[in-house]
Amino acid sequence: MTVNHFVILSALLFGIGALGVLVRRNPLIMFMGIELMLNAVNLAFVAFSRFLQSLDGQVFVFLVLTVAAAEVAVGLAIIVALFRTRATVDVDEVSGLKG
Amino acid sequence: MPDAQTLTLISPELLLSIFGLLILLVDVIWREKSQSALPWLAILGFALALAATLYIWGSNISLFAGMYMVDMFSLFFKVVASLAGILITLVSIDYLRQRTPYRGEFFAIFTFSILAMMLVASSASLLMIYLSIEFLSYTSYLLTGFLREDKKSNEAAIKYFLYGAVTSAVMLYGLSLLYGVTGSLNLTDIAAAFSATVDSTVRMIALVSTMLVLAGLGFKISLVPFHQWAPDAYEGAPTPVTAFLSVGPKAVGFAALLRVALTALPQWVLPAPPPAPVKEIPLVLAVVSIITMTLGNLIALRQTNVKRLLAYSSIAQAGYMLIGVVAVNLTGNSPFSGLNGILIYLFAYLFTNLGAFICVIAIENATGIVEIPEYAGLVKRAPLVAALFVIFFLSLAGIPPTVGFIGKFFVFGAALREGWLYLAAIGVINSVISVFYYFAVVRQAFFEAPKDATPIRLAPLVTLSLVVSAALVLAFAIYPQPLLNLAAWSMGMVK
Repeated sequence: MTVNHFVILSALLFGIGALGVLVRRNPLIMFMGIELMLNAVNLAFVAFSRFLQSLDGQVFVFLVLTVAAAEVAVGLAIIVALFRTRATVDVDEVSGLKG
Repeated sequence: MPDAQTLTLISPELLLSIFGLLILLVDVIWREKSQSALPWLAILGFALALAATLYIWGSNISLFAGMYMVDMFSLFFKVVASLAGILITLVSIDYLRQRTPYRGEFFAIFTFSILAMMLVASSASLLMIYLSIEFLSYTSYLLTGFLREDKKSNEAAIKYFLYGAVTSAVMLYGLSLLYGVTGSLNLTDIAAAFSATVDSTVRMIALVSTMLVLAGLGFKISLVPFHQWAPDAYEGAPTPVTAFLSVGPKAVGFAALLRVALTALPQWVLPAPPPAPVKEIPLVLAVVSIITMTLGNLIALRQTNVKRLLAYSSIAQAGYMLIGVVAVNLTGNSPFSGLNGILIYLFAYLFTNLGAFICVIAIENATGIVEIPEYAGLVKRAPLVAALFVIFFLSLAGIPPTVGFIGKFFVFGAALREGWLYLAAIGVINSVISVFYYFAVVRQAFFEAPKDATPIRLAPLVTLSLVVSAALVLAFAIYPQPLLNLAAWSMGMVK
């Protein structure tokens, strides 16, 4: 197992996450895709950190995890507010603003 | 261990953190009684932060193990951030009073978003850039969706949030590649690692990761193809927040872009003497800039909602500013270095666009009108607003005697100096196109008969901020020297 394996795995995971965001229409599932993208990046950071023998990457991962938690808080709050006013969260039906 | 000097140097940020928390606390303890005092607390915070910024004016020092730069470049953006904070708070007081009972949180989150702008401007490591940009994003999402009962506000927030979350993940991926290939998070170390290698694989990875980082920053700046959120978020968000979104994230997005480009990737960005080919990154940015201004202007032509019109106009303005990044050249002592063009343009754009939005807020507050056809006969109903609309739109279109002209002059001048003739030409053509839709609004206001001729009463605070921004737009156009000096000093970071 070299650093290449991890980087390729992280690229694959990132792609799967991005595909999830593009294909699914429920914001909660899209959200999970975004989390997968972030974790793919975390994997890359840890792999690089080990390869480079530097701790910077590990520190970055800790902070990305924290930021992701904050993102969940903000995102879910917005989704809840959306559901309260519309009784749907399907992003294709949320289309009052256009032009 | 932070000593007194370090604390002084980060005092603008500290003050804003303290005031943000103080607003939350006061709001919780004296809920009803404190409502009218909170915005003034926020304004006091911004004013003190501005004073602190001016007090440490001239510093050029790197703090916290190279993660944080307090230099003229970042101080310039801190001045911009505090001024924007003051103006936007002034106009949001009446707007929020009519629409929501939860005003305390608004001013607290808004104070934090100005704090986030300052943090982005000073960031000098990949970690700090990521954290501060995310901080700014989250506060912006919350402000956009602040009117919880309002369907449009919700929709704007979810769209903004989903686009933002994806582009920031893409940017993060780019940052991880940059870290992997250079072994450092610090921008100066990254530049050193790049200059030590001639490996073509490293060059490829650097290009790919820069493009990924550009996705995240392009989202903040609203560059095509990361602009789709802008019109919806601008239309749905509370109008003072729209005013903030159109200047705040855009300004610091440029700050972060310039910081990364000039500190970490100078040899990929700055031009080499003539026999060397044009570099890839400026070329990509030139294409993005052309598409951004053209698309923004063409779609703006058929808008009927004034907030959407200004959204597309602000996309186009981002395209003009990007010309300055393409043409940046710091050798010699030319007044057209590109960098000072962007700074002057950003400063001009700040007051002009805020002013245009304050006009919109003034009308919307009094009558609820945001559709352009209903602006008919505005000159009879609110002569001051109609007249100032003309000034702000002249400035946005870059017509003298307004500060917008000075901005365009230095940006296009840099493009000409660096031989980007077609880029400057397309910029000028686009400015001409933009006159059509700006003056469609003016035509409605001046030459159509009003359906309802009742005069519109303006709130005193809104009038005050209107007059201040209009005065600045005209004053800096007639006597631009202070602005030019400000921009010239701010370039100290690269010397």
